[in-house]
Amino acid sequence: MAALEIKNIVKHYDNGVPVIKGIDLEIADGEFMVFVGPSGCGKSTLLRMIAGLEQITGGELLIDGKLANNIPPSERGLAMVFQSYALYPHMSVHENMAFALKLAGKKRAEIDAAVQKAAQILQIEHLLQRKPKDLSGGQRQRVAIGRAIVRKPQLFLFDEPLSNLDASLRVQMRVELSRLHQELKTTMIYVTHDQVEAMTLGDRIVVFNGGHIEQVGTPLELYNRPGNMFVAGFLGSPKMNFLAAEVASGNAEQAELTLAGGTMLRAQVDASSLTAGGAATLGVRAEHVSVATAGAPNSVPATVGHVEHLGDVSIIYAQVEGVSEMLAVKAAGGAAYKAGDAIAILMPAEHCHVFDGTGKACRKL
Amino acid sequence: MKRSLPSLIGHYLVLCAIGLICVFPFWWTFVTAISTEGNIFAFPPTFWPKAPAFDNFVEAFRVIPIWSFFKNSILITFWTVFWKLLLCSLAAYPLARMQFHGRKLVFGLILATMVMPSEVNFLVNFITVTKLSLVDSYTGVILPNIITAVSILLLKQAFEEVPQDLIDAARVDGAKEWTIFWRIVLPLIRPWLATVGILATVEAWNDYIWPFIVMSKPDEFPLSVGVLYLSGTYGSSTRVIAAGTVLTILPMLAVFLSTQRFFMRGMDGAVK
Repeated sequence: MAALEIKNIVKHYDNGVPVIKGIDLEIADGEFMVFVGPSGCGKSTLLRMIAGLEQITGGELLIDGKLANNIPPSERGLAMVFQSYALYPHMSVHENMAFALKLAGKKRAEIDAAVQKAAQILQIEHLLQRKPKDLSGGQRQRVAIGRAIVRKPQLFLFDEPLSNLDASLRVQMRVELSRLHQELKTTMIYVTHDQVEAMTLGDRIVVFNGGHIEQVGTPLELYNRPGNMFVAGFLGSPKMNFLAAEVASGNAEQAELTLAGGTMLRAQVDASSLTAGGAATLGVRAEHVSVATAGAPNSVPATVGHVEHLGDVSIIYAQVEGVSEMLAVKAAGGAAYKAGDAIAILMPAEHCHVFDGTGKACRKL
Repeated sequence: MKRSLPSLIGHYLVLCAIGLICVFPFWWTFVTAISTEGNIFAFPPTFWPKAPAFDNFVEAFRVIPIWSFFKNSILITFWTVFWKLLLCSLAAYPLARMQFHGRKLVFGLILATMVMPSEVNFLVNFITVTKLSLVDSYTGVILPNIITAVSILLLKQAFEEVPQDLIDAARVDGAKEWTIFWRIVLPLIRPWLATVGILATVEAWNDYIWPFIVMSKPDEFPLSVGVLYLSGTYGSSTRVIAAGTVLTILPMLAVFLSTQRFFMRGMDGAVK
């Protein structure tokens, strides 16, 4: 197991384009850390820098307190699982898993024992003599993980390992990865753009955007107390509803905001930093709003655009006057609304988030 | 897209015409070699053997040491192909997968040699071979042919098609550059190696002028040069010369037909 410390790490490509713009991060021994963010945000690049597959332009990478900037990948005590699985096509599953140990000069008996043990953990013992082309996507992914396990690394790196699997297999593998982490108790860094994977797997999540970190925290911290509009919008499905507004008044206990249509809404946040008349955004998640009777306090009138029936829940998309995007409302399954229905959407003050003109969140109470 | 019948017939007619033009010289040589009667230079030419027999082949075997020439050709071809695959792979790998200053310039210079006809090199190569005291040796025959721009170009493309993730995985597994080349990347481009190998085999086997320039002892001639002996001894017997030519072509025809599968697979990648 290894602890990781990243100090002001920077990465520029040869053409001078910055990809990572000064990142500071600490990952504790045995922690399951998830890097999440949109495509091109730098999360995979940072993972490859940790692996030693990309040169670090500036800053320090410490593995267990030891500067690792110039240590070759194989000497960093880590193993990596790739999105494409990266299994050697001309080798059998056994040879794939044994390759690193062979290169390390281990004895044959020791290699066989390690491969057998990893195969047992991943239930792929019956596949050991097969070639990668004879395996399904899920089996290949297990072999890729097995290849990482046999090396007994201090640090596991996963680069979007479930992206190529179908939805049901992804859920199954997610559970298995969680089990694997509990069993091995090894530090793991997992890159994904899937927020469900991030929320379900990580002890902590790092949200990346444009080469820098937006926020680091536990899944629930990030979900309940996003630091800014980007994090608030990135985590959660459907994404958080945002309503552009003007600050009517604000103090340390609440904010009062006026929507473009003239509706006044209250949010329980520390709004002492807001100034009356300034621009702000009110954010509220689909699962925290509900359909209410017209004129209910802290509600806005809206018109139903369309309804998605997902079985257990229905998602109502409704248009609010003066708001460009439709608001999502999670309602009970089989909700009997149809396009054109006039409704009111209740926004409980304790669930409302407020973001200032720069997108920074006001502290939730 | 489904073709109409007239278009399909036209298509096949053109293909058949091209096929006939390609096959005709071989067929004519074969008919000449196996016939024992008739006018060789008659027009229109004879398309079917007259009084077929193997007399001309027997005569060719009697007059020149074909087995010895055959052995010499195998030796030259084997070592040419071996060194070509090894050295061209070693040249193509860094050009495809390593970052270093001047990489594009080096590759450009290699490609530039493709525009020169090989005959242009004979003089320089002969002087070089002479200075190295390699005249009259198989090394002298082999050396100028073991690096060719076409082979480097084909293998470079093959190396570029190997996914970067595999190389990264090997690097994380502890493989150094040579191990990555030898144990990961090279086995993955086997169809391409087969393609380059087959092309090199045919080229080395059929090479005529360069071995003729370098070698002077008839006992050490390869088959392609040795058959020329028939022309000297049997200047008037075109049939015996044709028989010798057929004997030269047959092994290559066998090699190509038996390895066509690999060859086509390698070429698949070339046009993707």
